[in-house]
Amino acid sequence: MILTDYFRVLKINLESGKGQVIHVDGRDKYIGGSGLGAHLFAKFGLIDRPWDDAQQPLIFAIGPLTGLFPLMSKTVCSFKSPYHDQFAESHAGGRSALCLKFAGIDALVIVGKAAHPVCLSLGARHIELKDAGFLWGTDIQSSGKVLRRMSSGSGHRSILRIGIAGENLVATAGINVDTYRHFGRLGAGAVMGSKNLKAIIIEGNSSFELPAGKQYKKLYKEIYKKITDAGMMHKYHDLGTAENITVLNALGALPIRNLGKTSDQAFENLSGEQFADRTLLRNMACAGCPVGCIHVGFVREKFMEPNHYLYRQVAYDFEPIFALGCMLEINDPFEFLALLDVVEKTGLDAMSAGVALAWASEAFEKGMISEKQTLVSIPFGHGKNYRIALEYMARCENEFYRVLGNGVQKAAAKYGGKDFACVLGQEMAGYATGETFFVSQALGLRHSHLDTGGYSFDQKKEMENNKNVDKALEFLVKDEKERVLLTSMVACLFARKVYTSERISQCLESVGVAHIADKQMELAENIRNLRWKNRLATGYDPSSIRISKRFYEVENWKGRIDGTFMDELKSAYANKIVEMGS
Amino acid sequence: MKILKASLMERCIGCHGCSLACARLVHNRLSWNTCGIRIRSSGGLSTGFEAVTCVACDPPPCAAVCPTGAFLSRKGGGVLVKKRLCIRCGDCADACPVDAIHIDDQGSPFVCIHCGQCVSFCPHECLEMIEKNPAVETTDEPEENQ
Repeated sequence: MILTDYFRVLKINLESGKGQVIHVDGRDKYIGGSGLGAHLFAKFGLIDRPWDDAQQPLIFAIGPLTGLFPLMSKTVCSFKSPYHDQFAESHAGGRSALCLKFAGIDALVIVGKAAHPVCLSLGARHIELKDAGFLWGTDIQSSGKVLRRMSSGSGHRSILRIGIAGENLVATAGINVDTYRHFGRLGAGAVMGSKNLKAIIIEGNSSFELPAGKQYKKLYKEIYKKITDAGMMHKYHDLGTAENITVLNALGALPIRNLGKTSDQAFENLSGEQFADRTLLRNMACAGCPVGCIHVGFVREKFMEPNHYLYRQVAYDFEPIFALGCMLEINDPFEFLALLDVVEKTGLDAMSAGVALAWASEAFEKGMISEKQTLVSIPFGHGKNYRIALEYMARCENEFYRVLGNGVQKAAAKYGGKDFACVLGQEMAGYATGETFFVSQALGLRHSHLDTGGYSFDQKKEMENNKNVDKALEFLVKDEKERVLLTSMVACLFARKVYTSERISQCLESVGVAHIADKQMELAENIRNLRWKNRLATGYDPSSIRISKRFYEVENWKGRIDGTFMDELKSAYANKIVEMGS
Repeated sequence: MKILKASLMERCIGCHGCSLACARLVHNRLSWNTCGIRIRSSGGLSTGFEAVTCVACDPPPCAAVCPTGAFLSRKGGGVLVKKRLCIRCGDCADACPVDAIHIDDQGSPFVCIHCGQCVSFCPHECLEMIEKNPAVETTDEPEENQ
């Protein structure tokens, strides 16, 4: 049966090495993905104990439409974050979602701490903990090669692993998925590290009978055609999200030099066109998605004179370009890719790492910190030393880097420089579009630019001269609900224009779950509220979130940030969050 | 008769659209295994993806070893499959020189039948339907005397 009324959850205890298949009721309440993750966190999470308590769950959940339709290709990871010790969610694609589906489970819950470093290998008919002591300390690329040799199912397996950042419990460490994708934000990598879990290999080796009749296949074809024919998804396939550099630079909304400026012609060197012309090797896709938004570039290193080179493949996107390029005043594509390569190898979150170093560079140039802390000179634009600093961050080389790896806010609290800490709940995403985006990321559940389309709302014409707190608040609350519906299915948010509420209904009906289709928005609202309930229960106080002075100083195409409007919206949204989670 | 050929796999982005389409349209399954074309990663020098699919042997060794006639030689290469005759012995998979026949949990074989339904679900046009041995073009001009 392709969809059951209950969730089939595999719970693994790393201490005993045993797995347990649990049937969890509530498909018609929690849908899957974000909803299932939040429900399982409420069920298994220990709200009063710290994130690194051995019994805290690390949850990976997929949705009812995973694999059944194009771009239903993402996995939601739910956990207690080392970044703020509260409930968190992070999303990734790669092959993870289809592998979980074909492993026959709706969610994987991992509890316990292994006695020594292990790799968890699972599939439809096997669960095994393998010794991974020999992999501890290895980088993401090296461990990937060994893990591929250690497992079967080439092309039909997903390999999740951490680098040294995760092993060292750095709060900005991510989980690498299939080399080019990541559960990047809020420190899921450190959660794996705290469990002595170097890697998870999921083999998707089962299959399901589809519903009889033509309705499902016809609908699949229609959606596939819409996605691949129309200009709708062209941006993502063509230049990819790197296209945003030029768009935001033209608007004066591109954060550059630790948000000291928002526009600079020099950064046209980092445009999508420049990357495509000079660095692009190929596109790749998540399994189940024909778009192929992953853009793989390369770094080339001369390792020996006179002409001996090696090369590595690195996937670029707008967010890493903004964080490790623009924010650090690095405007050469290859110099940027070399930084991203270090981030990828060590398993840091690219956005947090770049924004953290940008703060450090400003503090360094202002004399608030010195080489005594940073060990190497890190003025803006110094690519070679940034590569060393990134390694230091992942390795927790000294007290300064240990603190910096845990986030700018903690570093600024210790060393000063709060005014120019580019933190919106966590290190900022690359949109200096205005008040609504700043508030959305600062207070949003994931502190992600994808929590809501605040950056898009900022660009609405009617908002330019008529800032209205009620309208902005209404947008944030409604948009979050609509996105939660998608992340419960679990769709890639790039497909949000394709998967309207009506089309999701058609999809659900075509695979026999019409009862969810009928009440999808009501369920989405409940899931949104459940996520907030989890977050508040683990200590979140949205009214305590601060937006630093640097954000109030931003000037973009609309002029200077309206501080009064931003404060009022922040306050109203904070109250609304408490209401939604109560 | 035309055969399916994965001619341009250097273009492949690894979306598995072909496998999913075959499973969906030919076998009524959600799968990337129980289908006639499967994608796997190719490491080493040729980093990217490769397609594991029937290469349309003529005559096909899988049909030769089939004890029940479930696999029959297809005109133009490859096989015609009569599922109801299959006794799930797995001999076909053992005989395949390129490992293109998948045997599922129940022992049923899955092989490409060269129907071409996967082709339109490849966004990078890696796949095509071609004549395996196209007729050599001839001209009316007389050959020169040697």
